[in-house]
Amino acid sequence: MLKLENCTVGSADFALHADLEIAQGARVAVIGPSGAGKTTLIEAIAGFRDVTQGRITWQNVDLTRMPPGQRPVAMLFQDGNLFPHLTAAQNVALGLHARRRLSPDETAQVQDALARVGLSGMGARKPAALSGGQQSRVALARVLVQRREVLLLDEPFAALGPALKAEMLDLVADLLAETGTTLLMVSHDPADARRIADQTVLVIEGRALPPQDTATLLDNPPAALRAYLGETP
Amino acid sequence: MAERAQPIVPRALSPLPGIGAALLVVALISGTLVAVVLRAEPGRGLGVSDLAALRFTLVQAVLSAVLSVALAIPVARALARRRFAGRAALIALLGAPFILPVIVAIMGLLQVFGRAGWLNGLLTWAGLPGVQIYGLHGVVLAHVFFNLPLATRLILQGWQEIPSERFRLAAQLNITGPAMIRLIELPMLARVVPGALAVVFAICLSSFAVALTLGGGPRATTVELAIFQAFRYDFDLSRAALLSVIQLLLTGIAAVIALRLSRGDGMGSGLDRALRRWDARGPVARGTDALWITLAALFLMLPLASLVLKGAGAVVDLPLAVWRAALTSVMVASISTALLLCMAVPMAAALATRHGRWVEVAGILGLAASPLVIGTGLFLILRPLTTPGAWALPVTALVNAVMALPFALRILGPAARDTVQRYGRLGISLGMGGAPFLWRVFIPRLRPQIGFAAGLGAALSMGDLGVITLFADAQQATLPLQMYRLMGAYQMEAAAGAALLLLALSIGAFWCLDRGGRWHAEA
Repeated sequence: MLKLENCTVGSADFALHADLEIAQGARVAVIGPSGAGKTTLIEAIAGFRDVTQGRITWQNVDLTRMPPGQRPVAMLFQDGNLFPHLTAAQNVALGLHARRRLSPDETAQVQDALARVGLSGMGARKPAALSGGQQSRVALARVLVQRREVLLLDEPFAALGPALKAEMLDLVADLLAETGTTLLMVSHDPADARRIADQTVLVIEGRALPPQDTATLLDNPPAALRAYLGETP
Repeated sequence: MAERAQPIVPRALSPLPGIGAALLVVALISGTLVAVVLRAEPGRGLGVSDLAALRFTLVQAVLSAVLSVALAIPVARALARRRFAGRAALIALLGAPFILPVIVAIMGLLQVFGRAGWLNGLLTWAGLPGVQIYGLHGVVLAHVFFNLPLATRLILQGWQEIPSERFRLAAQLNITGPAMIRLIELPMLARVVPGALAVVFAICLSSFAVALTLGGGPRATTVELAIFQAFRYDFDLSRAALLSVIQLLLTGIAAVIALRLSRGDGMGSGLDRALRRWDARGPVARGTDALWITLAALFLMLPLASLVLKGAGAVVDLPLAVWRAALTSVMVASISTALLLCMAVPMAAALATRHGRWVEVAGILGLAASPLVIGTGLFLILRPLTTPGAWALPVTALVNAVMALPFALRILGPAARDTVQRYGRLGISLGMGGAPFLWRVFIPRLRPQIGFAAGLGAALSMGDLGVITLFADAQQATLPLQMYRLMGAYQMEAAAGAALLLLALSIGAFWCLDRGGRWHAEA
């Protein structure tokens, strides 16, 4: 269970409050108007933002002051998820460790992960030689070898076209089902939430509300969410 | 718990090594200064010759700055509004004087403007009195040779930054000639020219090699040269110290002014982009532009061409001492470049963090520091401990590295910030902060900039004729010093050959390192 206990995140001019629990293995969408603090919430869990009050725990272990690389958390950002000077396989291998040499076993893990995301034989390519969708797949392959218990997505597929984005979300759903990973995904598109997340955390006016059932929430949105979604949710 | 003590907002790279390097630089510059100041005897005021040196330094720097910038304006204007074959090459050539060894350029200028040079040959043939290159004219001529290209690039940058929409609007409103100048070009020049003047002025203040070769005597001695003379000829350390303090004040003030006024550094790319212009199509405008471009190109290329013509024959039978000096120079330049990178890369990493300000200060201090002052200070520090002469080469390598540091930081800084901003979080989330990030991300991402900075550092060190003159005894010499000695002994053939060799080494070192950095580098 991921718990944010009475947390305040942020600085003097902007603060986000969150007091919520997310069950292990849940798939949670984080939606809300821009500027409400969706990314802030995710970054606090990943360790990129100071938690000024309260604490964050995972399976009763306090993460609040743990460096990001040591948290049981993998994160994909909006962009810049791959190092452009490294090959796809090298990028994936960074999910294991940062040394240059890989043991035969580790090499096999990297190859398996690439195969799992449908990139067999493309390990030697650099990101520039891959399409946008393929680059996202490389990042997902790295998440696979990282074997973290929580995956945070900050709109990493926003730059892809609708069909490709749906494909990537389905791939993410498949991978989660295999590994039992807990997902938190920031999105501005309610369709994404419906597609992959059974629960939704609504972030609104500096507050992150506890997760609710996605379909119920989107079918009967509260006023503030309705204003954000427009007339056709 | 150990983690409790750590700051929570994580960093991909620690700024500590960079701050350490910056502190070392500050310690070197201020420590040598203190050594010099302690040595200066209180109560001993400035002598007549010291005041003359101060006056000459200011006069030649003002003249050089005004002439360089005044000539650069029409050249930059012509380059901004014409497109012709070789334009890009000419603009690239304008960047070359930066890595051109001073002594090589002087040798070339002597070939063209010297007593037995081409210009005087032409004047004698026409029955006119000849020109004299030694003294104030010579110093200013050499400074204009070096700084006209820099000023042209700075001003050209101003022209290129005028939004093309404005020229389109002017064309649409049929604005040409004087109105064009008043509405578009003068406001731009008012912004750009003060900075260009200040930069050239600051550079010319610490002129040493030019004054050493073309100046000298009571009427053409710069403060830097006076330090050298007090030190080398009279061994009057107290006077050298006093002059060092003056020099430091001069360059410090000028560097601060130049940094305030200047925006670009003239190294920016995109200068070969030609703006689409609809004005200045008449024959007079075209003729003037062509004339300015031709004159500038001749002024820059003739001295080097003459050097190649004269030196080519002499390179094959250069004396052994020249080859030995060349080897020494390659060694000094290699060590200097390595030192430069050991300081600049960590400092660039620190620049990318919130503690960047500190490092920036060290970089600026490097701009204001004078190599001869550092050299004098190091001499004073080393003398009680050892024979300073034995340290001539390491000291030269170190001082060269410190002198190149401000440029290296300007080259590395933006790319370092960009890399840490774009990939820092990813690196941290993968648990690869610190050394793994440095070796696997930071250095590979910065390779093109590191190559460029290393190339500049190597070329600057290879061609430097500064602190080595203070320390070297008769047995040791770098190639520039050896060349200077040959010129002093009127062995002009051999000097021209050595100049060509030095030119090839400087440009070769720059080219290899710069190319090496960009080899297979992905955007």
